[in-house]
Amino acid sequence: MRKNLNVIAAYSIMMGLIILVGIFQSWNIALSIFNLCLISAVMTMGANIQWGYAGLINFGIMGYTALGGLAAVLISVNPIQEAWSAGGLNILFSLFLIIGMVLAVRYVLKKYEKSKIRTYIIATIIILGIIIIRFVSEPGIEAIEEVDPAKTGFLGGLGLPIIFSWIVGAFFAGGLAFVIGKVALGLRADYLAIATLLISEIVIAIIKHEDWLTRGVKNVIGLKRPAPYEVNLQQTDWFINLVEKFNSSKLNLISDFAERQAALNQFVIEGSSVFVKLCYSGLFLIVVIILLILTQKALYSPWGRMMRAIRDNEEAANAMGKNVVKQHLLIFVLGSAIVGIAGAMLVTQDGLFTPGSYRPMRYTFLIWVMVIVGGSGNNFGAILGGFAVWFLWIEAAPIGLYLVNLTTAGLDDTHVLKVHLIESVPYFRFLMMGIGLLLIMRYRPKGILPEKIEIK
Amino acid sequence: MDFVNAIILLLNYIFVPALAYGSQLALGAIFVTLIYGILRFANFATGDMMSFGTMFTILFTWYFQSVGISLGVLPTALLAIPFAIIFMIGYMLLIDKFVFKYYRVNKSPPVQLAMVSIGVMFVTQAVVRIIIGPSDRRFFDGEKFIIKAVEFKEMTGLNEGLAIKSTQVLTIIVTLILVSTLFWFLNKTKTGKSMRAYSDNEDLALLSGIDPKKIVMITWVIAGILATIGGALYGLDKSFKPFTYFNNMLPIFAAAIVGGIGNPFGAFLGGYVIAFSEILLTYAYRKFFMYVLPESMEPGGLVQLLSTDYKFAVSFSILVIVLLYRPSGIFKGKVL
Repeated sequence: MRKNLNVIAAYSIMMGLIILVGIFQSWNIALSIFNLCLISAVMTMGANIQWGYAGLINFGIMGYTALGGLAAVLISVNPIQEAWSAGGLNILFSLFLIIGMVLAVRYVLKKYEKSKIRTYIIATIIILGIIIIRFVSEPGIEAIEEVDPAKTGFLGGLGLPIIFSWIVGAFFAGGLAFVIGKVALGLRADYLAIATLLISEIVIAIIKHEDWLTRGVKNVIGLKRPAPYEVNLQQTDWFINLVEKFNSSKLNLISDFAERQAALNQFVIEGSSVFVKLCYSGLFLIVVIILLILTQKALYSPWGRMMRAIRDNEEAANAMGKNVVKQHLLIFVLGSAIVGIAGAMLVTQDGLFTPGSYRPMRYTFLIWVMVIVGGSGNNFGAILGGFAVWFLWIEAAPIGLYLVNLTTAGLDDTHVLKVHLIESVPYFRFLMMGIGLLLIMRYRPKGILPEKIEIK
Repeated sequence: MDFVNAIILLLNYIFVPALAYGSQLALGAIFVTLIYGILRFANFATGDMMSFGTMFTILFTWYFQSVGISLGVLPTALLAIPFAIIFMIGYMLLIDKFVFKYYRVNKSPPVQLAMVSIGVMFVTQAVVRIIIGPSDRRFFDGEKFIIKAVEFKEMTGLNEGLAIKSTQVLTIIVTLILVSTLFWFLNKTKTGKSMRAYSDNEDLALLSGIDPKKIVMITWVIAGILATIGGALYGLDKSFKPFTYFNNMLPIFAAAIVGGIGNPFGAFLGGYVIAFSEILLTYAYRKFFMYVLPESMEPGGLVQLLSTDYKFAVSFSILVIVLLYRPSGIFKGKVL
């Protein structure tokens, strides 16, 4: 109990802050911060597994998040029959061609010794394959994108409940990580960072511009929800009764019936959106707790000890007969899969998929700030980092505004400097993140909750 | 069949733009490579440092414009660049003193320095946005074209026009001057040689009496010059927007690594490799083939290898291929 005191203290402060937002701003804002904190926590757990457990640097988090989001679209949207009949065959055929191409490359790789000729053969196969696939898929893609482009113009998905996409998103991201890991894991740490960053940009470029699959920058809106809709809630009796019970003390103060009804309506509208957010919080909390239990178990298992050994001294671990390459690949896939879950959760919560919104600042570097600030190698630290940094990211604007008002209190309201500063309040969050990261790196390089290794 | 028109077409749409874009990338790539070779970390704040320098150039340009100083046909920004460089160098040295020095003295692993540079990236980005705002800004003045497409057509009587913007020529000339001075400095002067020695083998360099503090300072000074000029030229040619500069970091990294990180000459050529492949692979060759091939063989489609949306993806794919097959880059890296 005593040795966990700092963990408990840190988490209570965090919860206290969120509750304060609930009291002073509104419960709606507090809950939406809380939900995104939970999603960030899942992402940081994924990054923490790679960086904290194994020392692998992965700047491609944005790509896996986007793939998770893509999974949400492909699982939940109803299939669009017209599009399938217009160009589905071509797409399926191209898919077979891609598989055939991959198999051919694999065959060449297995069959022949490494030589210049083999490289040329592989290059020829890939180039020819791409040209053939373009010819096959082009008419199909055009046909699909012409089907009601204002509303659909893509193949749609499977029409299943969106919850399934959380698992599928993990598989998508894990699959991509497997491919990337196979090619790039041998690189030195900083090269790996750059390579993963650039590969994630390629993934985003594909998601943005392959309209037949994702609608691209036209966005997919109105995804299914695992939670009830506010509009429906506002008309169900049990919910209205519940809200009435909750606010009975306030409502009883109002004597006039019409006024009381109006106040109740107001409470119901507010309550419905809080209730929906609470549903999401519950779902996300379940995911976070399951992942936390699993990652904690893994951390203290023989496998976790092996990973730390590999991280701290690769050569020694290799000499002890541990397969470093295989374990690196495994942990790369596992961590990315967790990030994929988070990506699907994010799209589920928003109810829309906007490929244009995936930017490295928000989805890669901010997550890294969370991991470093929270404490790499410690799951509780990583989750705390997710909470604290996201909280600051959102609340930076009000804090910044307050600071600006404080420092320029002597100036006139129309003073150029003051107006300019108030306009640029949204960018104070970057400043706070940067300074926070630099301070933590300098004075507490292991993060707020550092890694504890228990030697028994 | 009209080869002259076809060649002019390629010159106009591929060669000239790629040469200018490549020069801008090359300056950034040399900046990355210098930091990597001497201070030994991947600087993720590259793009934002360039936007920081450009911001000062713009501020000085505005000041000069407001007091009525101009260079006639040349853009006023040229006059502003030296002042911006002074501020930029001050900023760089300040960052080094308060941020990077601690990790260098403690001999932290390069990954940690890269993380620290992300912190610097956040701060720089915030400062730029707070001072000048996130919107698109053009600060070009003076004569826009050296040759206009219409004039060229009249002059030569060809179907295709060749337009050369003054910013493109300016970019190429300034880059050539700057890069050749830099290579002269690195290869011929004593300080330059000691920088190369320090990059090649730190311990040996220290033993032979090279002052590391001086080397580091000069590196930041050169980096400041390169970042400001590179950024300002890009901003003159296109426009200044903090977010674009942040994104430009990626092709710049690609150029530095393709050329062999730590090797300035490689980085210089790497910039052009990236620029040319981006433009060559995403250009629609339909018109070119219409000129070159007989009428019966005219192509139906656009004859475009990749859609322009994948412009960035091209350079990244090249980088990934290079990393896989020649991790040290096309021109062996790690020798300054």
